[in-house]
Amino acid sequence: MNLTYTPEQQAFRAEVRAWLEAHVPKEPLEHYDATREGFEAHRQWEATLKSGDWGMVTWPKEYGGRGLDLIQWLIFEEEYYRAGAPGRVNQNGIFLLGPTLMEFGTHEQKQRFLPPMASGEEIWAQAWSEPQAGSDLAGVRATAVLEGDEYVLNGHKIWSSRAAFADWAFGLFREPGSERHKGMSLIFFRLDQEGVTRNPIRKINGHVGFAEIFLDNVRVPAFNRLGDEGQGWHICMATAGFERGLMLRSPARFQEAAAALAALWQSRKDTCDPALEADVVRAHMNAEAYALNIYQTASRLMAGAKIGPEASTNKIFWSEMDIHLHETALAILGAEAELLPPTGEHEWLDDYIFSLAGPIYAGSNEIQRNIIAERMLGLPR
Amino acid sequence: MDFTLSDEQQMFADTARTLLGDTCTPDHWHKLMEQGAAFDAARWAQIVENGFTLLLLPEAAGGMGLSELDLALIAIEAGYVALPEPLAESAGVGAPLLASLAPEHPALADPAAIIAVAPAINPVVANADIAAAILIEKDGKAFLVKPDQVTLTPAETIDPFRRLFRIAWDESKAEDLGPADWTLALDRASLFAAAQGLGLAQRAVDLAVAYSKDRMQFGKPIGSYQAVKHHLASAQTAIEFARPVVLAAAAEIGHSDVHSRARVSEAKIVALEAAEKAARASIQVHGAMGYSWEVDVHLFLKRALALKAAWGTPAFHRSRIATRIFTQPLGADQTFARQSAKSETEHA
Repeated sequence: MNLTYTPEQQAFRAEVRAWLEAHVPKEPLEHYDATREGFEAHRQWEATLKSGDWGMVTWPKEYGGRGLDLIQWLIFEEEYYRAGAPGRVNQNGIFLLGPTLMEFGTHEQKQRFLPPMASGEEIWAQAWSEPQAGSDLAGVRATAVLEGDEYVLNGHKIWSSRAAFADWAFGLFREPGSERHKGMSLIFFRLDQEGVTRNPIRKINGHVGFAEIFLDNVRVPAFNRLGDEGQGWHICMATAGFERGLMLRSPARFQEAAAALAALWQSRKDTCDPALEADVVRAHMNAEAYALNIYQTASRLMAGAKIGPEASTNKIFWSEMDIHLHETALAILGAEAELLPPTGEHEWLDDYIFSLAGPIYAGSNEIQRNIIAERMLGLPR
Repeated sequence: MDFTLSDEQQMFADTARTLLGDTCTPDHWHKLMEQGAAFDAARWAQIVENGFTLLLLPEAAGGMGLSELDLALIAIEAGYVALPEPLAESAGVGAPLLASLAPEHPALADPAAIIAVAPAINPVVANADIAAAILIEKDGKAFLVKPDQVTLTPAETIDPFRRLFRIAWDESKAEDLGPADWTLALDRASLFAAAQGLGLAQRAVDLAVAYSKDRMQFGKPIGSYQAVKHHLASAQTAIEFARPVVLAAAAEIGHSDVHSRARVSEAKIVALEAAEKAARASIQVHGAMGYSWEVDVHLFLKRALALKAAWGTPAFHRSRIATRIFTQPLGADQTFARQSAKSETEHA
C-alpha cells in the first residue's frame, strides 16, 4: 500500500490541468437534457476533448483512447471536475457500454463502435427498461427475431436517458417465447432509423432527460448484437457492475460538491443553525470515504480482480451521500432554498432535485440491497 | 499509488484470524463471563509468541519495526472476536509510546508486559492493575508509574471484557519521562479502535446472517424477507465504506499532520458508526433472542459503544476534521493532499 502519486502521475495531473485550463468553456453550456442546442453544444465539447485525445483515457489507442490505467483515469476525473468542465453527454456510451464492449465485443465491433463513441460523433442511450420491466428487468418483452443476417426488433422501451437527442441505443431484447433471464440479447439500434419512434419525457426538473422508444419492425444487422445470442442478461449484469461499481459517478463530482458546500457554509454560518456544521463535515467525510473506496477498487482491478456484487454498495453510498449533501445545502440556504440562482451560481436546488433520482436510476437502491444481501451475504432469495 | 495489501500483510492478518478465531470462541466468552474474568493468560501468551506485541516497536527497542497498517489488520481480527486482551492499547499505543521516550526501559524487555496508558482525554485506564507500567499524560509530558505506586479503583463497565480503573497518583512518586507525543498516541489508539470497529461490525452482520438463514417464520427463513435483508445490506454498505478509510488512515498516520489526523478521526467515526449500526441491526434481526444475554450480539454492541467514545468522542474527532476542512484546500485533487512535514509545526 502506497498512497502517494508517482512523479509520472503528478506530471500527468499537470498535463491534464493545463489542457483543461486552456480549453474548458468559460461560460457554462446549456444542459444537454434541456434542449437540442444544449445537447449539440455538449457533442461539440466531446469533439474538443477528442482533439486533445482526452475522449476516454483508459481505452486502448486503437479504439480511440490513450491506453492509460485506472489511477490515471481517477486523476483525469479529479482534474475534470476541478476545472468545472461540462458534463459528459455520452456517459451511457463511454462509461457503461464502452467497458462492456471492451469485454464482450469482437475486434470488428470495437473498431466500429468505440472510436466514434470516444469522439462524441455517436452518442448513446440505454434502452433496457420497459413499462412492465423496471426493477424486474428480466421481465422485458421487446423481441428480436433473426431473419437472415438481420434482426427485426419490436417493443416499447422507456426511461431511456439521453434518448430524446442521442444517435444510438443499446437495448435488451428477447427471443419470442423465451422466459425470464434466458433468451435475451443485447442489440444496438439507431434512434433515427425507420420504425423507431421516440417521445421525450419531461423530468421533475423540466428537462427532457429521458424518452420512451417504440420499435416497430426495426431492422438491424446481426453484427449489432453484443456477445452471443441469449447472453444478454449476463452482459447487462456486467454493464451494471461497471455502472454501479466504478465509472458512472466519479468521486471527484462529490468532492467538488462537498468543497462547494464547505464554502457555502463559511459564507453563511453566522446566520445559520450551528448544528449544520456537523453535516458539512459529514458531507466531506462521505466524499472522502467514497474516493478512498474507489481508489481501492481501481487498485484491485489493476491487480487483476473483477468487479463483483460489492458494486451495489457503491450505488447506495453515493446516491445517499448526494442527497444528504444537497439537503444540507438547502438547510444552509434556509428560506432562499426555493429560489432559482442567478446564472453561473451553484445550482443547489436543481442538484438537490437531481439527487433524488440517484436512489432510482441504475437499479433502484431497494434492488441493490437485495443484491448485497443475496450475493454478498448469501441470504436466501 | 497502490491501495492493495501486500502478501505478507495478508498473511499476518490470516495468522491472527486463525489464532484469535480458534481460541476466542463463543464458548470461551461464556466461560470468561462465568468466571468474571476478562483476560486469558494462555491466549495472551500465544499472542506474544506470534510476535503481535512486538510488531509496532522499533527494532532498536527489540521490536519488528512494522507499521500501523500491519497492526491495524490484526486489530480488525481482534474486533471480530471481541478480544478481551489489550493487544491494541498495549502493543499499539502504550509500548510504542514508551519506546519513543525510553527505549531501554526494562518494561520493554518482556514482550508479554502490558503497558497501560492514561491520556488526559480518557476518564479511566484499561488494564492498569496487570500492567508492568502505566503512562500518564500531564501537561504534555508522560509520567511512568507502576500499579503498586498508585491507587486504582475498579470502574464497572457494561462491556464484560473491558477492565477499567480510575487512577489516583502522586507526581512525586512517578518517573518523569518528559514531553511526549500524546497526539500520536491518540491517533494510534483511535486508529486501532476504528480497526476493531470494522471487525465488530462484520461479526455482528455475520451472526445475523447465520441466524436469519436458520430462523423460520411464516414457513420461510427470515433472511428471505426484504425487510431483514435491507437492514443487513445497509450495515454491510457502512462496513465497505469504512474499511478503506481505516486502511488509508493507517497508511498515512506517520505523517502526523493536519491531513493524517483528520483521516484518523474520519476512520474512528465511520468505523465505530458502522459497528454500532451493524450491532443494532443484528439485535433487531435476532428479535427477542437479540435482546438476551445468551446470544452474543450484545458483546459487539457494548464494545462498539465503548470504543466510540474512548480516545475522543465523535464530536472531538469531528472538530479535528473541521480543522482540516476549514484551513486546508478542498476539492477533487485533495484526496491525498499533504503539506510537507517541514512546514508542519502545529500539533492540534
